[in-house]
Amino acid sequence: MTVSRRNLFAYAFAGIAAFGLASGSASAKVEGDTIILGSAISLTGKYATNGIHAQNGYEFAVKKINDAGGVTVNGKSYKLKVTYYDDESTPARGAQLAERLINQDGVKYMLGPYSSGLTKAIAPVTEKYEIPMVEAEGASRSLFTQGYKYLFAVLSTSEQYLASSIELAAEVAKNQGKDPSEVKIAMAFENDPFSLDVRAGVVDDAKRFGMQIVIDDKLPRDLSDMTATLTKVKALKPDLLVVSGHSKGAATAGRQIQELKIETPMIAMTHCEAADVVGKYGAGATEGLLCPTQWAETLSYSDPLMGTAAEYDAEFKAAYPEYKTVPYQTAQATAAVMVWADAFERAQSFDPKDLRDALAATDMKTFYGGIKFSEAGNNIAKPMVLRQIQDGEYNVVAPSKWASSELRYPRQPQY
Amino acid sequence: MFENLYLVYLAPLMGVDLILQGLFIGALFALIAYGLALVWGVMNVKNLAQGDMVILGGYISYQATLWGYHPMLAMPVAIILMFGLGWLIYALIIRRVVDRDMFTSLLATFGLSLLIQQVLNLIYGPEVKVAESGFGNFQLDTFIIIQNVRLYSLLIAGALAIAIVIFMKKSRMGQAIRATAQDARAARVLGINTDRVYAFTYALNASICGAAGVLVAMIWVIQPYYGIVYSIRAFIIVTAAGLGNLPGVILTGFGLGAWENVAGFMFGAEFAVAAVVIMLVLVLMYRLLQSYRVRQVVR
Repeated sequence: MTVSRRNLFAYAFAGIAAFGLASGSASAKVEGDTIILGSAISLTGKYATNGIHAQNGYEFAVKKINDAGGVTVNGKSYKLKVTYYDDESTPARGAQLAERLINQDGVKYMLGPYSSGLTKAIAPVTEKYEIPMVEAEGASRSLFTQGYKYLFAVLSTSEQYLASSIELAAEVAKNQGKDPSEVKIAMAFENDPFSLDVRAGVVDDAKRFGMQIVIDDKLPRDLSDMTATLTKVKALKPDLLVVSGHSKGAATAGRQIQELKIETPMIAMTHCEAADVVGKYGAGATEGLLCPTQWAETLSYSDPLMGTAAEYDAEFKAAYPEYKTVPYQTAQATAAVMVWADAFERAQSFDPKDLRDALAATDMKTFYGGIKFSEAGNNIAKPMVLRQIQDGEYNVVAPSKWASSELRYPRQPQY
Repeated sequence: MFENLYLVYLAPLMGVDLILQGLFIGALFALIAYGLALVWGVMNVKNLAQGDMVILGGYISYQATLWGYHPMLAMPVAIILMFGLGWLIYALIIRRVVDRDMFTSLLATFGLSLLIQQVLNLIYGPEVKVAESGFGNFQLDTFIIIQNVRLYSLLIAGALAIAIVIFMKKSRMGQAIRATAQDARAARVLGINTDRVYAFTYALNASICGAAGVLVAMIWVIQPYYGIVYSIRAFIIVTAAGLGNLPGVILTGFGLGAWENVAGFMFGAEFAVAAVVIMLVLVLMYRLLQSYRVRQVVR
């Protein structure tokens, strides 16, 4: 028999497909009494630190849920287990590994990777195979404008990061008998997708109050120097300065605000903790900075499994003694696994489509905050909270419902 | 843009501050570009790992702070350590590519750049680090605040540059380096051990990068992947100044720093890099026109 080249390809393809199916069913989504979740996560490369924070959060949740009896589906109780692959902090590898998890390992339930960039690379894959993914570490607004049906995120999206500081500035203005529209805002954002999302949220809120934006600088992605922008700040004397540019932006701003003795009464910036500005520049220089966070252990959220936020914090530290503080990346990863467990119990099914519908109907209270997904898949039940650095401690000052401390205004740094 | 010009018009001292800050930045760029020009000119190797060597120097000063020493004390250590490392890198890698075509050396130094990044990432993690100098500031005016660390770095960069120039002019090795740069084969014929000259040049460049890195860690921030910032600027400076024009490299470094800072203020920070690159294009066009004119004269 002669086989034409085209036929040869067809045979080869069929062979590979058959092999894929066979191996897929051999290691199915549920093995015995274990439900297998999958995640590509950054264990090496530039996101390794946060990737490992997230992985520890996943693992902690899995252990707690299993210790409490697992997940009950159709009267039988199942344990959870997560299969991880290291995406090396590169989006292309992340997408490859998602394919591998779904096609070769037969994973039907995905947990997210770390960072918006990786989530953006993986979401089209899970969407293509109609595999639901609950992610905890991709905040970019653009993830939720693509019409994805199988993507759910437990965290607040990036445009909410600093929006609360605008609200706070308006409150302060009112208390001083001024109209919020008199507030002058200076903005310095790194020119990258995440920071520009944060900026969009600030601009929207500033417009809502009719505030004046007197500086709107987009810092280049590479060089970490803000002196030109800060010189402008000195000249124009805004009431509020907002900065966002990942850890580099926070580290640079923290240093140069101190060096140039910036007197702005209110300064809000993202990534204070990630850049460890207090550790680097001391409590005096960073006094009064406002830093948004997804979660803080002092918040009064709670749920039956993890207890309160403070109890989660204590238990996690006991399980992972290398942590002195629990990063929010870990808490939200834990929440993502809890969302999966909740969806299994409500769906009483292992079918990805049923589970997707159950996920879409999620409405739960957790130690991490409320979780309820919008049509687009982002969490609309949990606000960003704003913490102020007060004598070197991060204290929640807004929104007022969750505040544990009074806002110190104007800030009184010691340069 | 016009409101920014108006601001400077209202407070002219602010303009002075911008230019001063720019010159401080420029001094460091000049130093880094000087090392690049040296290796490029003498060995015809375009060192893509230039910025990563700077960052490596930065981590040496960061490590000093971890051990409780002042980061400035790391300067001589960085110079010596990086010299040794530079020599080692030459012996292991660069020696094999120095006589090959441009792409081989580009690939080799690019690989080296990746290697340095990943090793630093493994040791120190991907977080942003700084080395606090605690030197403080002095204030001349509301708008002119000089960070002492930048002033010192200007002085140190200047001193290093002068030392290198004297070294190149007066010392035996300096003369050998210049001879090799002019014509490596002729130098070899005349008994210069060009292999040693190359090794020394590359090691000297690594030292310069190390010293610059110590200053970078005290002025800005370091992270394993930030080397590219310094590589790019060094390449821009050397391209604009022209090869073999070392005083030109230093002047261009200062000019680039000042122009970048002023342009960032005038047009908004997002256009600072664009302004620099446009200036580079203008310089290159001017040179091209000039060379046409020269050719016409010859004809």
